[in-house]
Amino acid sequence: MASPLEQFEIKTIGPTIEIGGLDLSFTNSAAWMLAATVAATAFLSMGARRRALVPGRMQVLAELAYEFIANMIRDNVGDAGRRYFPYIFTLFMFILFGNLLGLIPYSFTYTSHIIVTGALAVLVIVAVTAIGVAKHGLHFLSFFVPSGVPWIMLPLMIPIEIISYLSRPVSLSIRLFANMMAGHTMMKVFASFVIPLGAVSLGIGGIAPIAMNVALTGFELLVAFLQAYVFTVLTCLYLHDALHLH
Amino acid sequence: MVPALFGAEPLFPGAVVGKNRQPPSLDDLEKRLRAAQEHRASRRRGTDEPAGTSAESSGIGLAFRIGVEMVSALVVGVAIGLLVDWWLGTRPWFLVVFFVLGAGAALLNAYRAAMGFGLAVGYRKPEGETPEDASGTGAENGDAGASGRSEGKQG
Repeated sequence: MASPLEQFEIKTIGPTIEIGGLDLSFTNSAAWMLAATVAATAFLSMGARRRALVPGRMQVLAELAYEFIANMIRDNVGDAGRRYFPYIFTLFMFILFGNLLGLIPYSFTYTSHIIVTGALAVLVIVAVTAIGVAKHGLHFLSFFVPSGVPWIMLPLMIPIEIISYLSRPVSLSIRLFANMMAGHTMMKVFASFVIPLGAVSLGIGGIAPIAMNVALTGFELLVAFLQAYVFTVLTCLYLHDALHLH
Repeated sequence: MVPALFGAEPLFPGAVVGKNRQPPSLDDLEKRLRAAQEHRASRRRGTDEPAGTSAESSGIGLAFRIGVEMVSALVVGVAIGLLVDWWLGTRPWFLVVFFVLGAGAALLNAYRAAMGFGLAVGYRKPEGETPEDASGTGAENGDAGASGRSEGKQG
């Protein structure tokens, strides 16, 4: 029987490409990233094709996605965050489509790899820090000095605050990757119960794991949306911190 | 030209079904839109309170969130310690120091997550306490678990 973790294996598609000692082959992970990008682009351009006053189904969906992120930025960052809408929207769509396409049987979920979510999170944190420094200059460093702390505690508190700041991309990436990987592994484990349990009980025993998997599929759909949402909201909050420095 | 204009389909087909219902005039629509936007703008000042989904505020969600916060701070602390040791060849001293600092950051993260402090590094209470902060002070008076859950906002 296949291991429940086999679905996360990276496989090379086509020839092995090596440039400067780096393996740059096209993999199944890259293929699904491409698919997600194409699907997101198709979703939005189909929605924007007939710009009707009374929108059709696709247009409603596209507008819903747009307004969801626009409202999120307005509520969490404020008007100063509008400039960063394209980046945050792209981030949301990329994660959401990665999560959703990963639910298709035999597909590959690239958000279940910490290297992917880690790269996204590091990008977020570097961008947010750069924005904060560009906006506030050296004053940005006051971010790491907690208020209301006796000065004698500062040598202890400042390293702790810096570590806490550096732990943001780690927690951001772990949260997304762990949720996706755990969910997919769980589905596979329950699915692998179906045949053995059914074989020993004339098929009756197989019903329970199938029912469980039906419930899990719905739950995974929720998690796919929720984790894309959480990642984006946290990006917004970090952006808010960098822009306003509290 | 003119007859064609009158023969055209009505703009809101649904409005014809209920005979005596007029489609809402654009002025009225404009007024309602503006009211909704003002309502949202007044909410905006509270800023970093995301809408908060119910699944996030469930017990297991809160537990997972705090667990991730703690682990990630520890990971960062240990990583810094190992790196500095590897760089200076002082193993294991900086590892010990940064492990402790990482543990401190982990507890700080967990505290902020549970109290609903926006997880912000360098978080400061707004100067003028808004009514929303009243729930935060309520949490300090006790029953931190319940209010932490109700304030739980970052999944």
